[in-house]
Amino acid sequence: MQHWMEWAVAFFLLLGGSFVLIGSIGLVRMPDFFMRLHGPTKATTLGMGGILLGSIFYFSLSPDSISVHELLITLFLLITAPVSAHMLIKTALHHRLQAIERTQGEQELKRGQAHASKEGNRSGNTDN
Amino acid sequence: MRMTPRFSWLPTPYRSLLLFVIWLLLNQSLAPIHLLFGVVLALFIPYICYRFRDPQPLVERPLLALRYILRVFADIVTANAQVAVLILGPVHKLHPAFVRVPLDLQHNLPITILAGTVSMTPGTVSADIYPCTEHLAPDEPLPQRWLLVHVLNLEDEAELIATIKQRYEAPLKEIFKC
Repeated sequence: MQHWMEWAVAFFLLLGGSFVLIGSIGLVRMPDFFMRLHGPTKATTLGMGGILLGSIFYFSLSPDSISVHELLITLFLLITAPVSAHMLIKTALHHRLQAIERTQGEQELKRGQAHASKEGNRSGNTDN
Repeated sequence: MRMTPRFSWLPTPYRSLLLFVIWLLLNQSLAPIHLLFGVVLALFIPYICYRFRDPQPLVERPLLALRYILRVFADIVTANAQVAVLILGPVHKLHPAFVRVPLDLQHNLPITILAGTVSMTPGTVSADIYPCTEHLAPDEPLPQRWLLVHVLNLEDEAELIATIKQRYEAPLKEIFKC
């Protein structure tokens, strides 16, 4: 393996690792549920992208193979991350989870919660 | 806006292309057998699946869609760096907020793409889209819809709404011509 490619692999692994770490730090540091969601949805996605780039470089350098599976992982991650974030935050609205006090736009939150419970009543007739 | 496919045997050409590419990526090979089987799958799967879907607007400007994807990729990188800085900075200086964005888009597919983009990019997570339209009859007109987003650090509400509308919603309107 060429010398500079080792540097590229190391760079992407470290970059990815630090972003994943930052995402997890956000999960611990942020004061309420809604703010905690931002770390895992964003920083972690970029971190995974970095690690997967490192992986593509590393495995493509062995003499007789290239590796592009990682592109698929990136694709599926980009599709699923916003969906799971949306489901989590919608559940939070449904449970009327409180945002910390300085959150602006409280009437919008209330409106969202009211809408969430209305929707739940319409679709969930079996469980009430 | 076009809701019905141009060819009945190829209802979603771009999705077929995507399936073909995914098949080749999964096999990591360009051998003739994989090319052939990939074509068969890419034609067959959308053909049997299409009739189960709700009719949604179809992509009319593929090159614009490609540009939109590249732009979103670039924005993901910059936005993630910004969020990383916000996370590591002082927490008490953040101004979290809920913002309601009025949408010009009305159909579920473009709104889903917009909500996903908003979740991935500028310090926002999409929280809700309302009113929901599942209970409407197919020929009823669609209502004005709203996107509720949570912002990690709100600086200017009007500016944020304008950014989302111009940078992400306007290209989507062009792509789907709706």
